[in-house]
Amino acid sequence: MRSTRTAQIAALGAATVLALSACSSSSNTASTPSGSSSGSINCATGSIKASGSTAQKNAITEWINAYQQACTGATIDYQANGSGAGITDFSNGQTSFAGSDSALKAENRPGADARCSPGAAIDIPMVGGAITLAYKVDGLSGLTLTPPVIAKIFNNKITKWNDPAIAAVNPGVTLPDQPIAQFHRSDSSGTTENFSKYLKATAPTDWPYETGKDWPAPGGQGSKGNDGVTASLTATANSIGYIELSFAQDAKLATAKVDNGAGAVEATSQNAAVTIAAAPITGTGNDLALKIDYKISAPNAYPIVLVTYEITCNKGLPADQATLTKSFLTYTASDAAQSTLVDLGYVPITGVVLTKVKAAVASIL
Amino acid sequence: MTATDTLVHDELGAAPASRKARWGDPIFKAVTLGAGIFTVTIMFAIGLFLLIRALPALANNSGNFLTSSTWLPDQSPPVFGIAALLFGTLVTASLALLMAVPVGVAVALYASHYATPRLGKVLAFLVDLLAAVPSIIFGLWGLAVLMPNMGGLLKWLNDHLGFIPIFQNTTGIYTKSVLIAAVVLAIMILPTVSSVSREVLVQAPDLQIEAALAVGATKWESMRMVVLPFGRPGIISAAMLGLGRALGETIAVAIILSALFEVNWHISEPGGNTFAANIALKWNEAGTNGLGALIASGLVLFLITLAVNLVARMVINRRRVKEGTA
Repeated sequence: MRSTRTAQIAALGAATVLALSACSSSSNTASTPSGSSSGSINCATGSIKASGSTAQKNAITEWINAYQQACTGATIDYQANGSGAGITDFSNGQTSFAGSDSALKAENRPGADARCSPGAAIDIPMVGGAITLAYKVDGLSGLTLTPPVIAKIFNNKITKWNDPAIAAVNPGVTLPDQPIAQFHRSDSSGTTENFSKYLKATAPTDWPYETGKDWPAPGGQGSKGNDGVTASLTATANSIGYIELSFAQDAKLATAKVDNGAGAVEATSQNAAVTIAAAPITGTGNDLALKIDYKISAPNAYPIVLVTYEITCNKGLPADQATLTKSFLTYTASDAAQSTLVDLGYVPITGVVLTKVKAAVASIL
Repeated sequence: MTATDTLVHDELGAAPASRKARWGDPIFKAVTLGAGIFTVTIMFAIGLFLLIRALPALANNSGNFLTSSTWLPDQSPPVFGIAALLFGTLVTASLALLMAVPVGVAVALYASHYATPRLGKVLAFLVDLLAAVPSIIFGLWGLAVLMPNMGGLLKWLNDHLGFIPIFQNTTGIYTKSVLIAAVVLAIMILPTVSSVSREVLVQAPDLQIEAALAVGATKWESMRMVVLPFGRPGIISAAMLGLGRALGETIAVAIILSALFEVNWHISEPGGNTFAANIALKWNEAGTNGLGALIASGLVLFLITLAVNLVARMVINRRRVKEGTA
């Protein structure tokens, strides 16, 4: 009896010790710019949280790893819970910056500005992406599509691969006599929003739907997330769907060339970067919201692109978060960091836009 | 009985330790009463929260909430309706119940009365183990294994029984449908239904079973006359537990269904959406009105579950009164 009683007490004690040790205290140490810098990163210390867009998750993770390896004492935590949730977290003061697939909308601006008072919230484009039309059709060597054909495929007006409309833009290519298995996103996403903006701008008669994060057209099959659509495409014959470039590259899926009027353009990082660099800035001051010209018609510009913004305060972040946020965003806006995007399947920000991005980050207090 | 009662009472009344022994009673009563009140309060608080957060979005709605199928709460003007969600939820849940309850009760009956005691224990253990598998695993299995391989069966149903609307398939695509989601849900709730039913059926009175056998009933007849009627309230409770799990199943359904907002009786065609899956898919990117609309749909799910459980309770109580068992 006594031995079991002592055994019970010992077990209870061990369990309590284990439970208490699991509660780690998170110390929010004040971040100070340290004199040492690895490579060309101006390091800062401290701990910040960020959340938002899933589209830029791979890029941000890669950058965080690189930054934390170079700068000991810095901890950055990014949670990819969606653009909407990211903006909500930022407006509630829970994160230092939010990743969003679209610039702050009018309805969200007051909340974000309030969080940044006395400053204001700014959108800084940081990660570009290309939306590719990935397909899995045996024996099809290359595919070119024009906006009206894309619109009709994705609202179920064109249902077979050897439809005359597709054959007309693909002279000399043998198309199989098979039904098209079309995949779209079943969840709300910025990728759908940008794709539908492209279709509405370039083929409004064939795409009479409002743009939005939810898929509006009938027909086809929906899968959850970029990864869900990619898995469906790989598993289904004669399928086509719209996914981010990085996913198409990882799954080794063929992607269609898009002809916006100046010839067929392949879906590559470089071609997409041309479109992003040519986008006019509609924001004022250091708020760099871009308005992408989806109708862009140049032989080296891939038109279906999206830009992910980092939304932060130009002034008004708490002192312990501001230094590390500025340091991290300076790193991500640097040429070195932007060039790593290509290997990850993203699109770098280049040209005039990148210069303005660097200036905006430098202005963060 | 009364003799021992008075004896105990006398002893309690006589001993001076009775005062000390009695303070436990009021405390225990207070604690249990508190727990009961707490539980009911939580339920009301949840219902109230859902109602308060849903009202602004419901007021803004330009479409009919109950009959419209579109889901565009973040556009102006906002239009959203739950017709397609209600259809999808009810069809998947009822199909799942229809498939799981007979099999579950059969497994329970076998484990409690047909198998040898040792085999019955092993079977019960294995089924309980299956009940502990997280539902996302079932979803992944459904997506990766069941869906690609079920096409053949569904095509056969379309070719031979296509005159029945629910088996007809006009698109030629047999994946990502309400029917597949229902099968996955059925497999998910089977262990729950089976283990709870087994717990109930194992308590069936042996004397009555033996009496039935003695007057010449076959084994199946004795089950039918004694065990199943005895276990009916318990089986209904088990089915309600399973139904609750099926109605609320979120991620597994979200990754399988194609999330089209339409009421489509051809359930082997891609499409369909349920309340829980819709909330999971739209929550992250929803705007303020969108969140309110999702919470409104959650309120409807809450009310459906309450209503179903109320009906089940009434059925069980009526049965109890009829049979005279307390």
